Amino acid sequence: MFAGYSAGELTAIFAMQGFAGLILFSVFVLMALGLAIIFGQMGVINMAHGEFMILGAYVTYLVSNAFATHLPDLFSIYFFVAMVLAFLASGALGMLVEWGLIRHLYRRPLDTLLATWGLSLILQQIYRSVFGAREVGVTIPNWMMGSLPLTDMIEVPINGLFVMVLAVGISVSIYALMFRSRWGQQVRAINQNRVMAGAVGINTERTDRLTFGIGCGIAGVAGSAFTMIGSTGPTSGQLYIVDTFLVVVFGGAGSLLGTIASAFTISQAQSVLEFFLSGSMAKVITLLVVVGILMLRPQGLFALKLRK
Amino acid sequence: MQSDRKTRFLTREEAIYFGLLAAVIFLILPMALDSFRLNLFGKYLSYAFVAIGLVLCWGAGGILSLGQGVFFGLGGYAMAMFLKLEASTPEATAIQSTPGIPDFMDWNQVTALPWWWEPFNSLAFTLVAVVAVPVAFAFIIGVAMFRRRVGGVYFAIITQAIAAILTILIIGQQGFTGGVNGITDLRTLKGWDIRSDEAKEILYFVNAGLLFACLFAAQYVRRSKLGRLLIAMRDQEDRVRFSGYDVASFKVFVFCLGAAFAGIGGAMFTLQVGFMSPTLVGIVPSIEMVIFAAVGGRLSILGAVYGTLLVNWAKTTLSESFPELWLLGLGALFIAVVMFFPNGLAGLWSEQVRPRLRKLFAGRGAGATPPAAPVPANSASAPDRPAAKAAAE
Repeated sequence: MFAGYSAGELTAIFAMQGFAGLILFSVFVLMALGLAIIFGQMGVINMAHGEFMILGAYVTYLVSNAFATHLPDLFSIYFFVAMVLAFLASGALGMLVEWGLIRHLYRRPLDTLLATWGLSLILQQIYRSVFGAREVGVTIPNWMMGSLPLTDMIEVPINGLFVMVLAVGISVSIYALMFRSRWGQQVRAINQNRVMAGAVGINTERTDRLTFGIGCGIAGVAGSAFTMIGSTGPTSGQLYIVDTFLVVVFGGAGSLLGTIASAFTISQAQSVLEFFLSGSMAKVITLLVVVGILMLRPQGLFALKLRK
Repeated sequence: MQSDRKTRFLTREEAIYFGLLAAVIFLILPMALDSFRLNLFGKYLSYAFVAIGLVLCWGAGGILSLGQGVFFGLGGYAMAMFLKLEASTPEATAIQSTPGIPDFMDWNQVTALPWWWEPFNSLAFTLVAVVAVPVAFAFIIGVAMFRRRVGGVYFAIITQAIAAILTILIIGQQGFTGGVNGITDLRTLKGWDIRSDEAKEILYFVNAGLLFACLFAAQYVRRSKLGRLLIAMRDQEDRVRFSGYDVASFKVFVFCLGAAFAGIGGAMFTLQVGFMSPTLVGIVPSIEMVIFAAVGGRLSILGAVYGTLLVNWAKTTLSESFPELWLLGLGALFIAVVMFFPNGLAGLWSEQVRPRLRKLFAGRGAGATPPAAPVPANSASAPDRPAAKAAAE
């Protein structure tokens, strides 16, 4: 498939596709980080993760409309307000769901999967009733439009760049939360040994609820970021759920670094292949390779050594 | 007597249940429904094949596959390819630029039949492929995963990814697969028009007969030592392994058996409905098939059939009159089954209805009948071993 391209052309193609892949990478990272916390640390399969993300996207849509009608002067910064609200809305819904549903099912992971799938259907239908079946988009503030020319061949869209910066920022803050905060310490302790963590005085129930809420909140922020690069419909979340789970599993559940590395590998492979093959074949081949590797190495790229 | 009850193929009570289901499927439904509705129920029953397979894999074996649609689809596509080739005679497709190949290939500028379509000119090959292709596929997946002791949620996620991959592949390669529309416009089977009312009725009974064959096969597996090992593996896999059993092989076998059932179901779906499309392969249909089994009762093969009929009937009725309510209802059903009725309809029957019936009859008799076998109360809180009693009964 490389026949017919000179070495220079190939480099440019890889650079361009690599950059497109970086945007996809940011999207994967934003979505997978929340899931990595929920699935990796708590072992809960949240099939409604995509819907929490879409909730963030709809919150952003509402905030952008509100700013456009009531506070047009501040429109250029509405996105930051929207992001915080998206985090709070998705996080609050997440904690509610944990309280009402998930906590009864901790010992039945397969049943959690079915119940959260049911939840995702309900949320989708609610979105459809409230916002309509058509996709909605937000108005991007002026400073985010346009693109930065890097060389004469390669241009960088600013909104893509913004999503990338956001992905890096959120990754760093999650890393800090997990490894530098009291909460992160408790989460890791519970992950290693729940009974012992409870015995030394960690309130495991409250930590679980908070963890689930934070994971869902990050999904909300991811959804908020998505509105910058695409439109939102009631079923948009479902499109990403399989990719996201594969990213987390491929990276090795429980390892944040693994999640980021696997998001990078998958997005780059898919993006570069897309140039040479059709989009669907690129995706098929990428997913097949990932599934193939997972069959050979079920623990994923970066496995935590844990006693079961 | 106890061991006899556990190893006999059908206890008297089970024989009655099988008889009741047979009466419903072979007598009551055909008499009560017109030809259109009967065909609809035939379609539902073709999903029941998958649900039975899921009861064996998931309920008994603890292996939740979210990719059963793949096997359903492979069986269905195998049958659809044969029927499509029969419908694409050079005379019938004379207006195409390349007569004699399926119409969607012609639309996509494919000029010759791909080599892997060729064998599907033969009915015998097709009938073998309907079972063999899904089984071979399941075997590869099963060996790769179970030998490495991948199970539980990882298996579910990976099978789901496989369902997604196959759907994308089918849609992407529309010149060879018919794309998102699938393989449509199927007419005859060896010259016999499958679209007539009479043919649909015959196909319904063929479908029902095959379903009972699969039910008996599943019952045989459950009654055999294999079935008891499966349940043991679900509850304490390591103990079974340390007792010297090759756990992976049993899992591969039951997964392949489920795939074979699903393949047969898919082929019967194609015959009765007259098309096959990727909408029956992907993630959404695969997970809906799990809910059929869950509603009926993940431990009961007969329950799975009732569950499939009930959910699909509700889906058709509700989405005809209140389309927006259906998704809410389905979502609530998922949650309710998991939270409150982990053993589904069959669990309700054996935990609630049957003990009361017994009491009723016992009260009329001498009153000496011992109470029904105690069912672990609140099975929702000790769900890692879903009421083994219900499985044994």
